[in-house]
Order: sequence, then C-alpha cells, then structure tokens
Amino acid sequence: MLNFRPLWRYEDAFIEGILTTLELALIAGLAGLALGLVCALVLGRGNRAANLLIRSYIEIIRNTPPVLQIFIIFFVLPRIGLRFPPFEAAAVALTLYFGAFVTEIIRSGLDSIPKAQVEAGHCLGLAGWQVFAHVVLMPAMRNIYPSLTSQFILLLLGTSIASFISAEELFHTAAVVDSRTFRSFEVYALISGIYVLMVIAFRLLFFAIGRLAFRWPVAR
Amino acid sequence: MALVEIKNLRKTFGKLEVIKDVSLTVEQGDIVAIIGRSGSGKSTLLRCINGLEDIQGGSITVGGRDVSAKMAGLKEYRQRVGIVFQQFNLFPHMNVLKNVTLAPILTGKIKKPQARKLAEDSLTTVGLLDKIEAWPEQLSGGQQQRVAIARCLAMKPELMLFDEVTSALDPELVGEVLKVMEDMARQGMTMILVTHEMNFARNVANKVVFMHHGRIWEQGHPDQMLGDPQTPELQAFISSSRT
Amino acid sequence: MRTFGTIDLLAFATAFQYTILLVVLALIIGAPLALGFAMLRVSRFAPLRWLSAAFLQVIQGVPLLALLMFIYFALPTFLGIRLPPLLAVTAAFTLYTAVFLGEIWRGGIEAVKRTQWEAAACLGLGAWQQFRHVIAPQALKIALPASVGFLVQLIKGTSLAAIVGFIELTRAGQLSAAATLQPLLVYSIIAAIYFVVCFPLTQLSRRLEARLNGAR
Repeated sequence: MLNFRPLWRYEDAFIEGILTTLELALIAGLAGLALGLVCALVLGRGNRAANLLIRSYIEIIRNTPPVLQIFIIFFVLPRIGLRFPPFEAAAVALTLYFGAFVTEIIRSGLDSIPKAQVEAGHCLGLAGWQVFAHVVLMPAMRNIYPSLTSQFILLLLGTSIASFISAEELFHTAAVVDSRTFRSFEVYALISGIYVLMVIAFRLLFFAIGRLAFRWPVAR
Repeated sequence: MALVEIKNLRKTFGKLEVIKDVSLTVEQGDIVAIIGRSGSGKSTLLRCINGLEDIQGGSITVGGRDVSAKMAGLKEYRQRVGIVFQQFNLFPHMNVLKNVTLAPILTGKIKKPQARKLAEDSLTTVGLLDKIEAWPEQLSGGQQQRVAIARCLAMKPELMLFDEVTSALDPELVGEVLKVMEDMARQGMTMILVTHEMNFARNVANKVVFMHHGRIWEQGHPDQMLGDPQTPELQAFISSSRT
Repeated sequence: MRTFGTIDLLAFATAFQYTILLVVLALIIGAPLALGFAMLRVSRFAPLRWLSAAFLQVIQGVPLLALLMFIYFALPTFLGIRLPPLLAVTAAFTLYTAVFLGEIWRGGIEAVKRTQWEAAACLGLGAWQQFRHVIAPQALKIALPASVGFLVQLIKGTSLAAIVGFIELTRAGQLSAAATLQPLLVYSIIAAIYFVVCFPLTQLSRRLEARLNGAR
C-alpha cells in the first residue's frame, strides 16, 4: 500500500533540500555561464597556449564522469590545502562541469554570426567591444538559447550527484528520509515528482524569457 | 586638395595580386563609378579605402590622412566614411530606428533624445520614414538597402562607398535604391561606387573608372568612356554588359 | 589500510568489464526500444504521441540517480521482491537509453523532409517500407553524431551505478580509495580510464558532426 503520511514529518527537510538543489544549480549555472563566456572569448583570440589550456579543460571535463570530478575536488584538493565543505565542493565541481559545456555552446554561437555583421559594425566606427556587445551578442544568444537552456536542465538534474559527497540537496534528503521511514517507493516517487515539476517550471520560465528577449522576426 | 588620393596601390592575397599599381584621385563632390568584370579588383579597392584590408604597397590618403587597416584612429576615420554592401547587413535584432541610431549614439555623435530626430531625417532622405519601427526581416531587399544607406547617412559622412549595392536585389527593386543614390549625388555627396548599372554610371557619375586584371585600364568622363572606349578590353566589356 | 598495488589494478580491470557490460547490455536492449519510442513520438495516432511525450517529460525530468534508486530499491521494496543488482541496474540504463537515444532518433526522423515520405509513397511503398528504405537511412546519417555523443554520456552515466553498490569502475575506485587512503592516485587512474575510452568517441562524434554540416 502506498503511504505518504510518514513523509509529512520531513516536510521541512524536503523544502530545505529543494532550496539547496536550486541554490546549487543557480550558483553553478551563473558561475559556469561566466566561466564559459570568458573561455569562449579567449578561444576566439587564437592564443595557442591559452587555447591548448582551455581545450584540455573541456576535453577532460567532457570525457570523465562528473561523479569523479566531484570526488577529486572534494577528497583530493584538501591534500593541497584547499578545503571545501561538501556544498562548496559540489558548487565548484558543477561550475567547472557546466562551464566546459557552455564554452563550446557559446563558441559555436559566436561562430554562427556572419563575418559581414561584424564588418558592418566596424564600418560604422564602433569599437571592438561595442561590436561584440551590440551586434554579435544577442543574435548569437538567440541561436544557442535552446542548447544553453537544455544544458542548464541537465545541470539541475546533475546536482543530485552532490549527494555522493553528502551535500544536503534534494537527493541526499531523500536518502536520509528513506533510511528513517523505510518508505523507499514513496520517497523516490515524491522527489521524482519534485524534479519533474522543477524541470517543467524552468522550461516554462526559459520559454517566457526567450519570447521576451528574442522578439525580432528571422528568415526561415 | 583632392579628398581621396590613391598612389601606386598594391594589394595581394597570399600569392594572388589583386590590385597592381592603382592610382586614382577623387575630388570633393565627385561621383566615381568603378566598372569591370568580377575579379578585376574593384570591390577590394573599395574595401582598402575603408581600411577593411591591409595594403602591401603604395598609399591611400583621405582628407589628408594616410589610411590603412592598421592606422591609428581607424574608428574615427570610419565614422567619416560610410560604406554600403551588396548584402545589406542590417542588424536583424534591432528595428530600423535602432539600426540607424546605434552608431551615432555609441560613438558619442549625438545624445539619445536627439536620436529619433536624426533617424527621421536620414529615413526621410531614403523615403522610408513610415518604416521607422519595422524589423529588417519585414522589409523588402530594396527597403533594407535604403535603410542601410540611411544608417550611413546618420553618421554624416564626408564620403560614401557603395559596393555593388543593387546586385543582390530583384530587378524591380533596383530602381528605388538607385534613385536614392541619385538624390544624394545631387546634394553634393562625394561617392565612389562599384556598379554594374551602366545607365547609372553614364547619367549620374562624373567619372568612370574601368578596372581590368587589378589595374585601372581606362578612366575618364562617362560619355567619352562609354561612348568611345579606347581599349579593346573596355569595348568588349561594354558590349557584353549591354546584353 | 594497505598500499596501492597490483591488486587494485586487477580490481579495476574486472570492474571495467562490468562497466562495458552495462553499456553493451543497455545498447543491445535499449536501441530497439529507442527505435520503438521514436516511432511512438512521431506516430500518426495522437494519443500515442501524447503518452510518449508525457513519458519523455518524466524520464528526462528526473536525475539518472533517481531512476537507478527507483528501479533498484524503491520498486522491489514496494512489490516485495528482490531484483539481482545486474538486472536492476541494466533495466535502469536500458530505460535511459531507450528514451534519450529514441529522442535523438526522433529528431533525425523529423529532420528528413516531409516530401521524402510522399515521394516514397508515390512509388507505391507501404508505410514501413517508406520508413525502412527511404527515411531511416537519411535519418540515421543525421542522428549519428548525436548518437555517438550519447554513447559517451551512457559510458559516463554508468558510473552512477556505484550508488547502489554495483561494482563497476567508479565503485571499484571508491573501494580502493577507501582502502588505500590514496584518493588522488586512485581517482586519477579511474578518470584516465574513462578518458581513454570516451575521448576517441567524442572526437568521432565531432568529426561526424563536421562532415554532416559540411555536406549540407
């Protein structure tokens, strides 16, 4: 028999878990976005040493499981004197993870803007950063908006691996409540529902933001 | 002193020599039409004048200043020279008003409150005042090209460059763009244009330059150039462009 | 505590075989299901489309970890049965593959122009023949780069089976790190093994992608 009642006592714990999950996703999302933007811009400048460094970073992150990345940051960095509590370690690991994917997405977005657009900006006497900010940025953002937002959804779900180092996000909360109530089915059904709702909420939010931010008509 | 003075210009792309020893003088108020087959170097010449290409020899002087892609003050120079391309290159994410006023505002030519007035003036010149709120994608090719011209005019340039501005247009839209250019010519704008429109070259330009294999093959008054071509190459070009 | 040695490397080698086993099983069972799921998603019968879309929302809306816990732990507890770990974990990754790969293939099928179906129909081919001989080959070509990309995701994803104690590569690493107290060494080796497997696949995926874009 399904019995969700024993879970009510842990309402606060679940809410705490949801908030921590959202916090992790938003911190890693924003920091990763900034990191990805910087890396993508540096990649465009064609400095060979910097490119090699960034490409290695991307390949290492892309081709190893995020769980191991989180382990290395949590268990290994203290050996060299960098001690992060679980939440911070998870935030750092997820930022590095998200940043690597974002770098590639943003780079492809910047490359998708025709050279002639950049040239037209220069010919009007704009400075390089003005061309970037006013001419390139928004159309590039529009082109990569779907992949960027899907990547964020994957990040949101990926925060669950922070439970491996006992960061107290939603998945960790589930494990704790499960061990106290022995209602595994109900616990995991509940948090699955919560994850699905969070994902739907973010998709709707992103859809609305997209409609507001990218209103200009485009050729089909 | 001449507004544009080009002396012994040389431009190469790798081993390919696109412009060989070109010299050309453009006076204030001149309308210079550059004609020639594709690959003759005429578009590259325009791009050099705007500092879009670095040059391998000779010099370009505009308003007494040496021009190159690496010159100091290239930005300020470009604010004085407008260029219109074959592909209009309007910014798709800005409406017509923003397309026209972006550069004057960002380069500090005007304050935001005066921007609309400036845009209205420029758009009136090209006859598109009613499209001030439209998005580029909603305009026809001819209208987009006229907005591109208005965008340059808003910078109050001393010199306008036109790079085959009607070549990408449907035939029925060419006239409206040429008419705008004709009006600008009549108001005394100095213009250098690369074009395939022989009638426009004949009727509006006061100087025609025929480029062939990266050199200026012949230049002179339109009537003489197009009515009585001296070289067999120009004769062949003119008869081929009539058909 | 003991020092890191050959015994750990042997354990990794064994565990790595389980990682590969999981990937192979998930692909062998999951790929046909993925094809079926893709067909449901583009079905002409609307309720099938809605149902499959709802199912997609759920599977793509929960962490892979939750899927694993659910199938390994929650479901058997609820039903009062015990599933062998390999079976439970394989079931979770199969489901994951069926939905994610299926969605990639749906994208491939929909990227083939509508007129190709019509052209095939005009030649008198039946619906299955249209799909099998005209649509599928083109869709496969379009979806191949993303499919290889998914394979990398699946290989990395199997590391999460560690949470239910299934001894694949990552779990073996955890055990070794705990026993030897040398996490830096252990996790670097484990990460390197994943990298050696995944990197060529990622490169392949990129090359296929570039060729596809070049061909268009």
